[in-house]
Amino acid sequence: MSPTQWDLPVELCCRPMAFVTLTGLDVVYNAVHRAVWDAFCANRRADRVPISFKVLPGDHEYPKCRPKRTSYEWYIPKGILKTGWMNKHLNLVPALVVVFYELDWDEPQWKEKQSECATRVEIVRQSLQGRNTKVAVVLIQKKTPLPPGEDVIASERAAALCNACELSGKSLFVLPHTDHLVGYIIRLENAFYEHAQTYYYTEIRRVKSHKEFLNKTTHQLLFVRHQFKIAFFSELKQDTQNALKNYRTAYNLVHELRAHETNILEIKTMAGFINYKICRLCFQHNTPLDAIAQFRKHIDLCKKKIGSAELSFEHAAWMSKQFQAFGDLFDEAIKLGLTAIQTQNPGFYYQQAAYYAQERKQLAKSLCNHEASVMYPNPDPLETQTGVLDFYGQRSWRQGILSFDLSDPEKEKVGVLAIQLKERNVAHSEIIITLLSNAVAQFKKYKCPRMKSHLMVQMGEEYYYAKDYTKALKLLDYVMCDYRSEGWWTLLTSILTTALKCSYLMAQLKDYITYSLELLGRASTLKDDQKSRIEKNLINVLMNESPDPEPDCDIFAGKTAQKLWADRISLAGSNIFTIGVQDFVPFVQCKAKFHAPSFHVDVPVEFDIYLKADCPHPIRFSKLCVSFNNQEYNQFCVIEEASKANEVLENPTQGKMCLVPGKTRKLLFKFVAKTEDVGKKIEITSVDLALGNETGRCVVLNWQGGGGDAASSQEALQAARSFKRRPKLPDNEVHWDSIIIQASTMIISRVPNISVHLQHEPPALTNEMYCLVVTVQSHEKTQIRDVKLTAGLKPGQDANLTQKTHVTLHGTELCDESYPALLTDIPVGDLHPGEQLEKMLYVRCGTVGSRMFLVYVSYLINTTAEEKEIVCKCHKDETVTIETVFPFDVAVKFVSTKFEHLERVYADIPFLLMTDLLSASPWALTVVSSELQLAPSMTTVDQLESQVDNVVLQTGESASECFCLRCPSLGNVEGGVATGHYIISWKRTSAMENIPVIRTVITLPHVIVENIPLHVNADLPSFGRVRESLPVKYHLQNKTDFVQDVEISVEPSDAFMFSGLKQIRLRILPGTEQEMLYNFYPLMAGYQQLPSLNINLLRFPNFTNQLLRRFIPTSIFVKPQGRLMDDTSIAAA
Amino acid sequence: MAVCIAVIAKENYPLYIRSTPTENELRFHYMVHTSLDVVDEKISAMGKALVDQRELYLGLLYPTEDYKVYGYVTNSKVKFVMVVDSSNTALRDNEIRSMFRKLHNSYTDVMCNPFYNPGDRIQSSGSVSLSRAFDNMVTSMMIQVC
Repeated sequence: MSPTQWDLPVELCCRPMAFVTLTGLDVVYNAVHRAVWDAFCANRRADRVPISFKVLPGDHEYPKCRPKRTSYEWYIPKGILKTGWMNKHLNLVPALVVVFYELDWDEPQWKEKQSECATRVEIVRQSLQGRNTKVAVVLIQKKTPLPPGEDVIASERAAALCNACELSGKSLFVLPHTDHLVGYIIRLENAFYEHAQTYYYTEIRRVKSHKEFLNKTTHQLLFVRHQFKIAFFSELKQDTQNALKNYRTAYNLVHELRAHETNILEIKTMAGFINYKICRLCFQHNTPLDAIAQFRKHIDLCKKKIGSAELSFEHAAWMSKQFQAFGDLFDEAIKLGLTAIQTQNPGFYYQQAAYYAQERKQLAKSLCNHEASVMYPNPDPLETQTGVLDFYGQRSWRQGILSFDLSDPEKEKVGVLAIQLKERNVAHSEIIITLLSNAVAQFKKYKCPRMKSHLMVQMGEEYYYAKDYTKALKLLDYVMCDYRSEGWWTLLTSILTTALKCSYLMAQLKDYITYSLELLGRASTLKDDQKSRIEKNLINVLMNESPDPEPDCDIFAGKTAQKLWADRISLAGSNIFTIGVQDFVPFVQCKAKFHAPSFHVDVPVEFDIYLKADCPHPIRFSKLCVSFNNQEYNQFCVIEEASKANEVLENPTQGKMCLVPGKTRKLLFKFVAKTEDVGKKIEITSVDLALGNETGRCVVLNWQGGGGDAASSQEALQAARSFKRRPKLPDNEVHWDSIIIQASTMIISRVPNISVHLQHEPPALTNEMYCLVVTVQSHEKTQIRDVKLTAGLKPGQDANLTQKTHVTLHGTELCDESYPALLTDIPVGDLHPGEQLEKMLYVRCGTVGSRMFLVYVSYLINTTAEEKEIVCKCHKDETVTIETVFPFDVAVKFVSTKFEHLERVYADIPFLLMTDLLSASPWALTVVSSELQLAPSMTTVDQLESQVDNVVLQTGESASECFCLRCPSLGNVEGGVATGHYIISWKRTSAMENIPVIRTVITLPHVIVENIPLHVNADLPSFGRVRESLPVKYHLQNKTDFVQDVEISVEPSDAFMFSGLKQIRLRILPGTEQEMLYNFYPLMAGYQQLPSLNINLLRFPNFTNQLLRRFIPTSIFVKPQGRLMDDTSIAAA
Repeated sequence: MAVCIAVIAKENYPLYIRSTPTENELRFHYMVHTSLDVVDEKISAMGKALVDQRELYLGLLYPTEDYKVYGYVTNSKVKFVMVVDSSNTALRDNEIRSMFRKLHNSYTDVMCNPFYNPGDRIQSSGSVSLSRAFDNMVTSMMIQVC
């Protein structure tokens, strides 16, 4: 039996197509014939009719047709389906034989040619004797035929030819050999297809006609056979619906057959075939659910039909094949566009096929364990005369025997033995692995990562059984991390155990050690005795000896392994293995913890390394070293024990190099940080723990960072969640779970022992040289050196502040833009213990607002840490927030000479500018002087002398000045006329003499200047006296370029009598002045209203009396008439 | 009736797993583990659905030749997986559903126990009284023969 015995036959799996043979074509020597043949068979696209063509010689012998049976009465069938039948109808018996013949209608020797053609047809007919195969003739012609009916000779001769060949007109074709060959060929083959369909139709009818002769008792097999044949012919006819229907009937009939141990294989084989056909057609009809249902039904029906117990592996093999074939069909359907889902995809069928293949292997192992002395029987009972079986699924040594009793038990025994011995040679693992890898590919596609992992584990185990340990390890190693990361320890342990065996058998040292480490660890679910064994082996390996063999290993492989291990021992070379533990769960756990998140540079950095072993027996390690990001510290953190290799097991519980299972071991390390590392982070980059000895073998467990392996993060999370109270432990012992890894610490500078004081008088005033006194006092025990001061605006504030803040050490001169905002590293020398120094600092703030100022003092000091002399750099900083305010507010207003508020001034008419300086400073201010700088457009009426020189202003006090100004006529200026600047020079009253005076410049507001046509001013004494004459002179100035008509009237008043022109109309020439003299005679004392002067300008109606009143007084104070003697006293005053 | 019952944590590691024929224990572990593929897929498919209207019972996860695997997921993403013999036709959806509900109740009792730390494996070796009730309930579901 070949290993492919269970494979489905090719003729079953292919798509049946109508079989047509072409004769009379010489495709080797005749180019025309070659072209015709190529057109038939080359590049057949899917839209061409489904025909399989074959070129055969005209005298080809077709399979003989057996004589028709007239009665089935005495006929007993020997099996269900002959092995050759499908192939016969696919490739041997044509539905149509086509005779190609070169003949033109105008052939001169027509008669001869016609008879030759007839002979050829006759020969074909002869060899097809008894078959319903159709015959057709194709005439290859050189000329393009005329349209039908026009060529009289053609139709005549065609009729004659048909007659001669005994052909119907439908079976005669003409193939003109012209340009459109392919087109003609397509038309031809469509016609052939019709003939073929008719042929298969008649075949179906023929098979059906047998039915009535059959009886149910003896012809049960024939029912199945005929039904199968009808279905198969329907498929050839491309009638898939009927084919499916008939296959289904056939399937039911197969299961109605009486099954017995002797024919069960035949029944299963046929059931399998028919099932395959049904499923295939269902997928083709796009009814995958029907296919699945049929397959399930098939499996349920056949699962229990095991047959002979001695050959039960055959059943498993058959079952496996069923699943595999269905998986293939399913997969093929998916490739053609079917969509599968996660829970229903071909992977499940491949997986099941693999299970049955495994079962087959198991059964074969138990059934075929014959002694080596058992010889394969001779003659071979599995050999047949023809080399093939007559019927599908029969035993070669009793073909065609239908009896259920074994006629020859001896022969049967030999046959079974032969099958068993053959089965022994089957490469089961190979089959299983192929199926599993098919399944893996499918599950990968349908989002089943865990299923995929599981199958890969099985593949790995199968490779292990197949003794391909390298591949086994590769697969197992690949999936291990999936199980580890999800915490499925039972499964991980099982995989690790297999992996350990593989690595043992290959004597792979590093892998062996790695797997041992993990199998001893807390993730392993092995029993303690197993762990003890593994630990013992591990220690052996570390002492450069061979480990004991793993249990359940193949004996032969185990012997090879022992040799390999022995070689390893003698082999010199690298015996140090570094194993990174972050990806697995080793049996030693490690946690590193700095005592504090930061250390001052003058105290030693301290940290603990906690170690815990989970193995059953105590274990010693030989070396522990810690690595840091700054490698210079590595040398300080090494523990090494100079123990000989054989001491590993001695005194196991003593010494700090020994790890007792379950106990947490704490190791303290200490070192002094470098002063360069101040401000830097010191990080533990790895912890290396060496097991074993360099003279033997040495394993270095390498923890990245401060310890922790693949499982510890989850454990830490659980521990953090837990609120369980932990049992009390003796002092100096800790609970493992309560240790939190702290793998880094900061080195910070030494605590300074100086004091920094700031003395100042806030707030600062805008632009002043604000004095800040810095006092530094040393409290150190020794001299401090290289004291440096950095002071100024604290960096990191608003960028505008930097532009508007300037710092200097020299207060005697005003600082300008060129001064920096921060003075750095001003050396101030050394300081003895207790000594104090003072530094003045001047700050000029150009804008108001609050600012943060920084004073930073740094120095060097010699000190010792752990008996080591170090130079520490210490620093202390002090920040202060200083508010800057305006020193004073300046208010400016314009008033008329009558001190009346002015919205606008009148050209050429004097007005007053009043300044008002209101101190806003909490500290007393001294106004050193003030100055009015007039714009060119303004002129002064009198001297511009400062009236506030050396005035001291307390908070809230104000100093005012008044200047009389005049603005010449300028015409109309938009936005007013510039007035000038008011400059105040001031300083704090408390400031020292040498502090410069600050000049604050205030830009005076613009003023609107208006021209008026007539200016009136009055000359009158400052007061009047009752019954004393009061001369008043009004000056009327024409300010225009016109002659002005002026109407003037004076209204009488109760308080005055007066003389002068009461009402007048006069003219004033441009630029000239008219004087009006009045003599008022006051009648009443007190503040009296003057007789009002009304002026009416005819040209300027806008000029009203109201405007006029701005310029001339409206009232006057009249004193009562004094006594005579008072007059002299007044005159004296 | 059930041949294997498992409780799986939110992070997909087993909190509790028990199967009847102890010699095949590993096979059931693998079966439960692989069924998480389907559970994950089902959870992510219904992730958008309203939480309170969600059906906790996930139904048949996948059939194998010999066993049927059913799933159930609590609101806190703890999964229950139950493996039932395929030949056991007496167990219908409703029975399975009520078994899961019982399991859920029992698990809730475990969670309510102040001595239980959520996320710890439910082991009979741990706090005895803690898991005994749960263990007994599982036992009753495993041996009860229909």
